[in-house]
Parts: sequence; C-alpha cells; structure tokens
Amino acid sequence: MDDNSFPADQHKALAGSGWSARVDQGKVVVSLFGDWIAGISGRSDPGTFKKIVEAAGDQGISFDCGQLGHWDSSLLIFITALRQAARGSDLSIDGTGLPRPAVRLLALIPDVSLSATSALAKNTLVARVGQAVIDSWNEAVAVTTLIGDTVLSVGVAARGRLRMRGGDLLMCVYDAGVAALPIVTIVNVLVGGIVAFVGAVQLRRFGADIFIADLVGVAMVREMTALMTAIVMSGRTGGAYAAEISTMLGNEEIDALKAIGIPIHDYLVLPRILALTFTMPLLYLYGCAVGIFGGFMVSVSMLNLSPEAFIDETRASVEGGQILFGLMKSVTFGVLIAIVGCRSGLSAGRGAADVGRAATTAVVVAIVGVIAVDAVFAVCANALNF
Amino acid sequence: MTATETGATGTGVPKFRIEGLAFGYGDAIVQHDVSFDVDDKSIFAIMGGSGCGKSTLMKTMIGLLEPMAGSIHVDDEDYWRATEERRAEIGRRFGVVFQSGALWSSMTAEDNVALPLRMFTRLNDAMIKDLARLKLSLVGLDMAPSTMPSELSGGMRRRVGIARALSLDPGVLFLDEPSAGLDPIAAKRLDDLIVELRNGFGVTVIMVSHELPSLLGICDDGIFLDAESKTVIARGSPKSMLEDKQHPVVRAFMHRERLAPEPHHRSIGDGNR
Repeated sequence: MDDNSFPADQHKALAGSGWSARVDQGKVVVSLFGDWIAGISGRSDPGTFKKIVEAAGDQGISFDCGQLGHWDSSLLIFITALRQAARGSDLSIDGTGLPRPAVRLLALIPDVSLSATSALAKNTLVARVGQAVIDSWNEAVAVTTLIGDTVLSVGVAARGRLRMRGGDLLMCVYDAGVAALPIVTIVNVLVGGIVAFVGAVQLRRFGADIFIADLVGVAMVREMTALMTAIVMSGRTGGAYAAEISTMLGNEEIDALKAIGIPIHDYLVLPRILALTFTMPLLYLYGCAVGIFGGFMVSVSMLNLSPEAFIDETRASVEGGQILFGLMKSVTFGVLIAIVGCRSGLSAGRGAADVGRAATTAVVVAIVGVIAVDAVFAVCANALNF
Repeated sequence: MTATETGATGTGVPKFRIEGLAFGYGDAIVQHDVSFDVDDKSIFAIMGGSGCGKSTLMKTMIGLLEPMAGSIHVDDEDYWRATEERRAEIGRRFGVVFQSGALWSSMTAEDNVALPLRMFTRLNDAMIKDLARLKLSLVGLDMAPSTMPSELSGGMRRRVGIARALSLDPGVLFLDEPSAGLDPIAAKRLDDLIVELRNGFGVTVIMVSHELPSLLGICDDGIFLDAESKTVIARGSPKSMLEDKQHPVVRAFMHRERLAPEPHHRSIGDGNR
C-alpha cells in the first residue's frame, strides 16, 4: 500500500462532494474544498464515515481546510457525523485544521447528539387495545364524577353556598339563549317548511292535503325541533364551551383557579350546565312555534291550504303530552351538550391544536349522543304506546 | 460565512441603520425619533423599562409592524421601501426568538426546527432532519424525535425557539427577553450560548432585555428607550451606561435603584405588546 494514498479501489470511495481523504504519515487527512452550503454540497453516505474511520485505524484524523470556501451548517453535519463514526474507538479527531468558528460551534455539540435517542415506542395490538380500554374506563369515571359533582352542586346551590358568580350564569344564559335565537329561528323555519313539502308529496296523492298541518305540528313538536335545536346548540354552544375551557387550560387560568381554591366545577362547569338546561326548553318552545310557522307559510303560500284550516288542524293534532315529551328531551339534550362540552375542554391538552381537537370532540360526541338519546326516547315512547 | 475568523465583537460595519424611526399602534406613538446603527456581528441590546416599546421596536425591525415615520436600512437597503416579496426575502435572513418560544404546539420540537427548511429550501428529507437535529444539539438539546413542545420546560422551549431561529442560518438573530424567567444558571448558559452562536455563525444578535447580568455580560452595544420622553435617551454598551450620570432613569435601571423623586404613577405597561 502506498503510504500517501488509499489503494486505488478505496480511493474512489473516500472522496465525496467537497472533500477527499488521504493518508499522511499514518494519519488520515480529510481535505475540505469548495463551498459547503446545504443543498449544494449534498449529503454524504453514512457508510463513508465508517470507511474513513476504519482507514485511520488508531492513528487519528485531521483536517485540511486550505481550499475551503463558504460554509454553513452542512459542514458541521459532516464533521459531527465523522465524530460519531469514530465514537467507541480510540481514534482522535484533531480539529485544529478546521475554521475556528466551526470549532467553537462543534464544541457546543455533545458527542452523543445527532442521533434519534429514542424512537417512538411501537405498541403491540394487545397493548393498544388494553390502553384503549383503560382510557375508556378512566373517561367513564371522569364523566360520572362530573355528573355526580353537578348533582351535588345543585344541593349546595339550594343552600345558597355555591361559589359561582351570578353574572357568569347570566352571561352563559345569554350566550346559550338570546344569542342563539337567530340560528334556531332559521333552522326551525326551514325544517318546518321542508316537512310541509315532504308531506305534500305523499298526502296530495290521497287528497289528504289538510293533514300536512298534522304532519308539521306533530313532527316539529314531538321530534324535529328538539333534535334540530340540540344539533345546532351542539355545534354552536357545546363547541364554544370546549374551546373556551381548553384555552383557559392552556393559559394556566384553570391552574390559577385551582391554586386559590376555587372549585372548577362550581365556577366553570355548573353555570354552563345550568344555562343550557334552562335555555334548551325555552329554545324548544320557540323553535316549535317558528317551525310550525314555517310549515304554515309553505302550506298557505305554495300548497294552497287555507290559514284557518291549517291552524284548526294543528290545534287538534298537537297535544300537551307531546309538548311535555319534547320538553323532557330538550332538557336532557341541554345537560348532555353542556357536560360533553365542558368535559372535552377540561380533558384537552395545552396546545393550540388541542383546542381544535377539544371543540371537534365536543361537537361530534354531542351530536352523536343527542341522536342516540333521541332514539332511546323514541323506543321508550313506543314501548309506552305514547 | 467563510473560513476566515469572525470577530469576537462587532465589525464596525452597520448591519442595520435606523433613522428617525417613529412607531406605535393606531394613533398612539410608542417611540419617536429613534436613530441608531447596529454593527454587523455585534450583540446589540434594546433596553428600557417595561412598556417603553422595546418589543414594539423589535416588531418594526422584523417587519411585523410598519413604522409611522423614518427608515430602517438592512445592509444599506431600505427595508420598508422594498416590495413585500423583497421584504420577505430579507426577512428570511432574520431568525426571531419570541419571549415564550412561540413554538407551534401541533408539531414536534424537531418539526418546529425543520419547518422553515421544508418551506424555504429544496433539501431532501434526510438532510432536513440532520440539520434540525444539528441545530437542536447546538443549543444543547438532545431529545426524542417525538417530543412535543408541551413536554418541555420553559428554558428548553426557549432553546428550541433559538434552534428554530437558526434553522436557515440567519444573518441576524432577534431575541425577545431570552433569559426572562430562567434561573441564573440557565440564564448564564443561555448567554454563553448566544455568544458562541454569534462567534460561530457570525450572526448579528439584537436582543430585547432588561436582565442586567445578561446585558452587562454579553452585549457590545445598545440603546435605552425611555417611556416618559418616548425616545432614545442613551446609547452605547450596557457597561458604559453603568457610568451614566446624565439620565436618572438609566442610572436607576442599571443600578436597580428606585427613581428619586418618585415620578407620577404610571400604569404597568405590557412590555411585549
């Protein structure tokens, strides 16, 4: 072997873009030349560094930067990778030939760096299923605790010793009530009109146009208003609760409340649950009225029903029991939406993305929950022949 | 950067030349008649009490807030007279570290550092990862690739913020209160890091701070903004300001003294508007 160079087959392998290595008095000298700019100089194959280290044996590596032009972080990556390849051997790396600023920066880098210290733990299927079960159980416990706390708080509230600000409750009532009226109006008027149109398609075939009023009245009072209002409120108010509380969590506002001993449940959760429980039945009654009005407008203006006939038929078909049934559902939906919204907010992480996730979870879970609970009501009503 | 040495202090060549600058929010002027030069490769301090407009000045210098009057020249180019595209191009040579770190919470710490490289370079993924890990290790962090910002301490978040600011090998590094809220040891380590990064990468460092040990320890030059007169009342290195006898505010600031006689009560401003 020629003392001043690698064998011909190795020589080619031990040169790359911007560098070449040669043996000089037993030591490997890595010559760096040209500009070392990320994106121009390229990235050396990790195997190359091992070859340089192997060629150096225990003689050490030094650098010659006489021909080095401009350089940036890519040079540091090269040197660090070489340093890492030499780790574990007695090989010394002499950095005196390197530009002094680079030496200063390299001194900041610990030898063990530039490696992925720990990869993402890969869980097995069993572990993932097990974790999902544990998470579900923990969530069930947390939700049950929240419901339990709410029930207990009602007792405390009755004794007038609740640490909740009346102003907060009123603000929540305003947000979940008056502020929601426009969207509740639009949705229910349109649904009432749509029900009238759908009814007309079938009922006209039998000459039973007048029963459109029955259909609109019963459908809106018994089913559609409570359901549609709950879906609207899930998206509007449930999502807002989750976003607001999770943002407070991220800003350490919740920690601040806890630190001075204010019960989170009384201060944050209860006003929201009470507000929605109070406003949902009111919104339901309002929604019924505007929904039937929507059906009335469509029936009178487009389906040629007389206004008197529509009103009389609606009065005859809509009974007090059905309104009570709708009210019960709307109260249940209100509690459900508020609990889901608050719980999603309180269980969120502390980042910006967690706020979005909390709001999405609150809306999706509340809508699915509302529909599922509505189905339970329908089954129960059927079983009771109601 | 070339193979030649970078000076331990400023080179005397101005990197920034600020003349007659006035800035504020809406009609409210925060500071006016602000003029100073920042030497290339120096560590420059923007000092002043809380609410005097230090961070607002920084926002104006990095292009987040248009000045009401005056000019900012970066390497002899009028920054605010340049087109928006050109400003964005100049801005890519700035690395900015916000006070809270301002890390993007939805991505890992490593991705925070890698994102500017992904957006503004055509490097391949392996090179981007190498560069991101290099920058993290330069600031003394060696973490799992999956580490999220929410899992990091305040000091570590600050370091990731610095690594992110360094990702594109900037010419100027802006730091907003880099050592605020850190313990003295961590603050000293961060100061040393800033000096090493300046010496290593040859960047110009502009830092907003009112941490006296940092100011006195590492800054070569600086200005002192006064909230009362709404302008620059002292210039020079923080060490030279220790001897300032002309301005009671500067003297009180540099010596942690109470202002005597007590001025009329000022509301506590938000130092980082």
